[in-house]
Amino acid sequence: MDVPELKVTPDRYVTYRYAGASGDFNPIHLDDEFARGVGLPGRILHGLYTMAQVARAQTEAGGGPESLRRLRVQFRGMGVPEAELTVRSTVTGVREGVAHVDCVVEQNGRAIVRNAEAEIAIGEPSTGAPA
Amino acid sequence: MASTTHQVGKRYPPTVYAVGREKIREFAEATGETAPVCLDLDAARAAGHADLVAPPMFAVVYQKQAVWQALFDPELGIDFAMLVHGGQDFRWDDLVIAGDEITTHASVADISERAGNSFYVFETESVNQRGEPVCRGTWSNVVRGA
Repeated sequence: MDVPELKVTPDRYVTYRYAGASGDFNPIHLDDEFARGVGLPGRILHGLYTMAQVARAQTEAGGGPESLRRLRVQFRGMGVPEAELTVRSTVTGVREGVAHVDCVVEQNGRAIVRNAEAEIAIGEPSTGAPA
Repeated sequence: MASTTHQVGKRYPPTVYAVGREKIREFAEATGETAPVCLDLDAARAAGHADLVAPPMFAVVYQKQAVWQALFDPELGIDFAMLVHGGQDFRWDDLVIAGDEITTHASVADISERAGNSFYVFETESVNQRGEPVCRGTWSNVVRGA
């Protein structure tokens, strides 16, 4: 199987919608002035929003939300609104009906999520055994 | 900074989260979810589910209150202004469906200090109202030293 590249450009207001949806109202995601005051370039994306894009790339390839068994990420940079995110995924192997996938998220030419690993259940068609 | 490594192993009281249909839809829309079973009740029922299916990352929502207990624990004394989310690991079991009640236990898995930074690792375990496991999380946080 393949996990296609996923591209998404978070719009100007996505951090507000994600804050409401997730309950994470840390002002570094909502207030440019506050964010600059703590040394950031401005409002940054929630890391878990970015992780959700990695998850979505896997579930869209795997056939639905039940396919994703595990996702592990390391946050290594700050994502910002209004710039395209690219989720690249490479299937490294399939064992016992589970595809193991290495993922990275890039924005503005930098990796903001690195060393991400996903496990996607893809069934066991090769065995031919009924469930 | 005062060492808090003796807090490793600490467990927090369980939290209970009631999963609502419109909360799933709100989360799905905020994250750009495309799976019909997460957005469309008819599609979810046609696929054999009782109600909308939570996207995997909805774990953030039902585990939040449990992990917040650790993040805001005065005995850990985390300086929130210096907090960075370093990494996250979720392992999923049964699907979460609107109408479920999810109970989550959080604990302190590890605390370490390196190069002036403090590293806090919290673990969460969630089960549904039938006691079936739905998600385990490992939350890795870094508090930058002053």
